[in-house]
Amino acid sequence: MHTAITARVLGLLLIVFSLTMLPPVLVAMLYGESTSQMFLLAFSITLLVGLLFWLPMRASTGELRTRDGFVVTVFFWLVLSTFGTLPFMLSDSLHLSFIDALFESISGLTTTGATVIAGLDELPKSILYYRQQLQWLGGIGIVVIAVAILPMLGVGGMQIYRAETPGPMKDSKITPRITETANVLFKIYVALTVVCALAYWIAGMSPFDAVTHSFSTVAIGGFSTHDASIGFFDSSAIMAICTFFMVVSGINFALHYAVWHDRELSFYWQDPEAKMYLALLAVGATITCLYLYYSGTYGWSESIRQGIFQLVSIMTTTGFATADFNAWPTFLPFFLIFLSFFGACAGSTGGGIKIGRMLILWQQGVREIYQLVHPNAVLPIKINNRKVPDRIADAIWAFFGVYLAVFYLMVLLLLASGLDYVTAWSATAASLNNLGPGLGSVASNYSELGGFAKWVLCWGMLLGRLEIFTLLVLFTPTFWRR
Amino acid sequence: MKIIIVGAGQVGGTLAENLAREYNDITVIDIDGKALRVLQDRLDIRTVSGIGSHPDILVRAGIEDADMLVAVTNSDEVNIIACQVAYSLFHTPTKIARIRAGNYTNPKYYDKLFNDKHMPVDVMITPEQVVTDYITRLVAQPGALQVLDFANGIIQLVGLRAVKNSPLVGQELRTIKEHIPHADARVAAIYRRDRAIFPTGTTVIEDGDEVFFIAAKNNIRKVMSELRKLEKPYHRLIIAGGGNIGYRLTKALEHDYNIKIIESSKQRAEFLSEKLDRAVVLNGSATDQELLLDENIDRADVFLALTNDDEVNIMASLLAKKLGTKKVMTLISNPVYADLMQGGDIDVAISPQQATTSSLLAHVRRADTVSVHSLRRGAAEALEIIVHGDEKTSKVVGRRIEDIKSPPGATLAALVRDGEVHIAHRDTVINSGDHVIVFVVDKANTRAVEKLFTVGFSFF
Repeated sequence: MHTAITARVLGLLLIVFSLTMLPPVLVAMLYGESTSQMFLLAFSITLLVGLLFWLPMRASTGELRTRDGFVVTVFFWLVLSTFGTLPFMLSDSLHLSFIDALFESISGLTTTGATVIAGLDELPKSILYYRQQLQWLGGIGIVVIAVAILPMLGVGGMQIYRAETPGPMKDSKITPRITETANVLFKIYVALTVVCALAYWIAGMSPFDAVTHSFSTVAIGGFSTHDASIGFFDSSAIMAICTFFMVVSGINFALHYAVWHDRELSFYWQDPEAKMYLALLAVGATITCLYLYYSGTYGWSESIRQGIFQLVSIMTTTGFATADFNAWPTFLPFFLIFLSFFGACAGSTGGGIKIGRMLILWQQGVREIYQLVHPNAVLPIKINNRKVPDRIADAIWAFFGVYLAVFYLMVLLLLASGLDYVTAWSATAASLNNLGPGLGSVASNYSELGGFAKWVLCWGMLLGRLEIFTLLVLFTPTFWRR
Repeated sequence: MKIIIVGAGQVGGTLAENLAREYNDITVIDIDGKALRVLQDRLDIRTVSGIGSHPDILVRAGIEDADMLVAVTNSDEVNIIACQVAYSLFHTPTKIARIRAGNYTNPKYYDKLFNDKHMPVDVMITPEQVVTDYITRLVAQPGALQVLDFANGIIQLVGLRAVKNSPLVGQELRTIKEHIPHADARVAAIYRRDRAIFPTGTTVIEDGDEVFFIAAKNNIRKVMSELRKLEKPYHRLIIAGGGNIGYRLTKALEHDYNIKIIESSKQRAEFLSEKLDRAVVLNGSATDQELLLDENIDRADVFLALTNDDEVNIMASLLAKKLGTKKVMTLISNPVYADLMQGGDIDVAISPQQATTSSLLAHVRRADTVSVHSLRRGAAEALEIIVHGDEKTSKVVGRRIEDIKSPPGATLAALVRDGEVHIAHRDTVINSGDHVIVFVVDKANTRAVEKLFTVGFSFF
């Protein structure tokens, strides 16, 4: 590993990150709040540390290797989350402990959307803005890393999104160079955010709410500036807009690029992953709406309104709420959280195991049954009429296995910390899938949990966001051996 | 005609044999001297050894006064270049190339690519595709031994074996009109114990006769039902051999039929399974009884043996038949084997050369021939000829069929006028521009038929 170059990259990251503490200063000035000094302090500390890393190493040049890619990716979240805690800890109105601040910061940057803060409506606007912005930054980080870097590293079968990607995304590296790819993705991301914010504003949100909610919608984050989340606005139009942008953000951004580049909307329906994603959303929403109605929870119109919104919000792992789905008939909360394991498409801002992987797992299951009937049959796993190499299928099985193992390990740790089963199970799912809200005592926020449980969930969010292997590989001796 | 054939492989060899038999001057070029010697020992042809696309080699083969170049090596690119060289340097009138890659013949590129300005290939043939189409037609007409298309498929010639207790068997041919009043058909030839019988109104069809009849495509099944018990359309096919033919056939049929394809090479099986959508690809030997039983061979409607090995095909077919397949169709290249096997346990013997050469023969004929089909392993022939000229220059225009002095063994079976099918009767009058379907029982008379339809000199 190249310590010098890694340090340089990290230093640079911190310097750029420190700049993101300046917009909240503007917000504070705009609303006449006294938080600007605190943000400037956080900015200075982050900038200083960044410079400390960067200055001595600025001359070191050289290529980053695949291994360095793992380190940089992990540190992107680890280091930024650490420094992201500063405003939460320094703020007079919050004064969070380090673990609470870290939980909030990680939850933001991993676009999970779980919060330890109750009483959001009373907080200064600058702090609220900062939280939303964290999610937005996390979102773009995920897209770039998921589309450009993870395929290169080949984590959990993600190399399928490398050269041999089927369908419209022949080469999902979009452009030949990573920097250029990142640039294109950034533009799509910003464009989506702007359109989303405008739509919210037209639908009746205040400009501040429109911008901040567009941040957390496009990032599939789920942070809100109100305790009641999207339910605060009580508007069907806003719910519809929110649903639409959650669905769009849950699709592979490389596919968005392909559609935009070729002006060909039908790509969404040609791509097997997007197709399955949309189909699952439709089926899930139908089941939810029908169940809500026939269980007598709501009347027809409310069942459809709440059912669709809540399903999309949970399955895409956003975590916005308009209703207390925790209080719905027991089947539904578990059904929704179960669907969050499928999550969104790979290469989107969503979490979970990802539809693409599920698609291949499903096909492998079908193949196994088929093979029993036709022992001599040659049955490849095919995505869009192209064979998926066995190596990738293996990697996906390993990913799935480790995902489940990590999941149950976390559930056990949470149970050990004294939580009840429903809370432990749902909190683990909510963190590992980067979903946000759980069931039981974590239904609205995580402030009741103890320090140990929060640490566990912090790791859960990072593991989920980093596709598990990216983080685990750093803990293996082989990785550090020269 | 002076014809140069590039490539002495299976296709080139059979072509040389067929064309030489029709008194053409044939020169075969190949890099493999041994293959050439084998051909020369057998046939009256000239051979040149060398690379067929090199101008010097072509000159040595006599390209300068050749009428036709047929490039049938197994490399598309060599074939195309050979045509290009023949066109650019020697102005050879007709250039035919074998093109296998579907990408070249994709309609998207075809017109822009293949013309005199760019790649001067006049006619393209894809032997594997020709054979595939041939089998596709057979599968679509259960019970037929051979199905041939004329006039873009609106009229078909069908060969089948008559079975006793069918309405027409034991009856005179002229009663055909009473049996099927709405479907006009004409029996073109009958083979009884391998000898041709020239059908007349009083001929009686017997059990076991091989009957060739011609009819509009949508009447075919009606006519067939008069000659043998109509078989149900096929559903379950088992194909042995995933080579070019097996693959193309499966690809063409997999959405309409339930297909299992057996391929012995693991690598090829993987290729097939990737490319095929619905068919089940099985890796194993076609002669493996366990495998065939596991895959319910007894429930299969048709077993098609399409490997490139005659012996394997025959063995696999016999085994499949023994295990209970209703019908077996077998690809047999060796004409001797084909004669031995057809009519026994093997229901239909498919000759790849016959199908391929047929598609080429049309271009070496003198009359304006649209298509030629070899039948009964080359002994008989069916031709589709366009009639030209007027009453003065042509021997057929403006005459009733009974007045035309057709050569012995030739039947004017049908004609297509303005896209409509007319089955020939004694009083049918032939016009200029008609497509006439002629059945020739003995190939030796083909020349005479051509002569009949050639326009006299005063036409010019």
